[in-house]
Amino acid sequence: MTPKLEIVAEPGKTHFTTKRVVDAPRSLVFDTFTKCEHLKQWMGPRNLTMTSCQIDLRVGGKYRFVFRLPDGNSVGFSGEFKEIVRPERIVRTFVFEPIPEAAALETLELVESGETTIITTTTVHQSVENRDGHVNSGMEDGMTQGYARLDDLLAGLLQQR
Amino acid sequence: MTPTAAELDLTAIFGALADPTRRSILARLSKGDASVLELADPFDMSQPAVSKHLKVLEQAGLIVRGRDAQRRPCRLDPRRLKQASDWLGTYRQFWEASYERLDDYLQQLQTKERKRDTKTRNRRRTR
Repeated sequence: MTPKLEIVAEPGKTHFTTKRVVDAPRSLVFDTFTKCEHLKQWMGPRNLTMTSCQIDLRVGGKYRFVFRLPDGNSVGFSGEFKEIVRPERIVRTFVFEPIPEAAALETLELVESGETTIITTTTVHQSVENRDGHVNSGMEDGMTQGYARLDDLLAGLLQQR
Repeated sequence: MTPTAAELDLTAIFGALADPTRRSILARLSKGDASVLELADPFDMSQPAVSKHLKVLEQAGLIVRGRDAQRRPCRLDPRRLKQASDWLGTYRQFWEASYERLDDYLQQLQTKERKRDTKTRNRRRTR
């Protein structure tokens, strides 16, 4: 059975955490998260191809992953390393490039547990709205507010051009 | 391998947002509904070119087209865009798919490693 990806996002908080167990020693898992030759083999859904991977694994170093979509378009993820403790911990900024204003700080932690490794990530966004998505189209908010927030989101999207 | 529904969903949204013209069209539509003609004008694009972009946006569920056969005004559907900018949903789809691949890949790597170890041991023994 495939282990479950647990995601915990408490209401009103700006962060969320994920937890996943994999059946491999920690040092190997650390490598698969930090070396392009490995990341290209597994990161992203199968119908996205990682066409470019750059990792400068040192504090202040940058990384960028680009995926090609089936329609030929590309989408990038990038950021900067803030802390590296091999083989247990990485702190890095994270930007989903189409929505650059929603940058987040991501902590990856690897804990060895017998033959397995527990992978936890903590992603801190700048606001609860960023964490939950920019446009709150819930009925109680009404469409007007939804559109107002949507403008902000789109302004951010356009800045990237 | 056939992509899962979640993967297709994610790809449609990523694909729609990845193109700068389509992002501009969404920005224009956030200010109000518009016809193909009205959209083509500021972008200095032919109507068929705009129609092509609108089709992608429509297939990704980001816009809806009106029924009026002549004008078929486009309207933004904010629910879908919320989904696109919803980090939790996007993360889940992205990482569930990734971790499943990682499981297989780690297995491969470790099998290779074990084979190499066995070979080394055997070589030592025969020496």
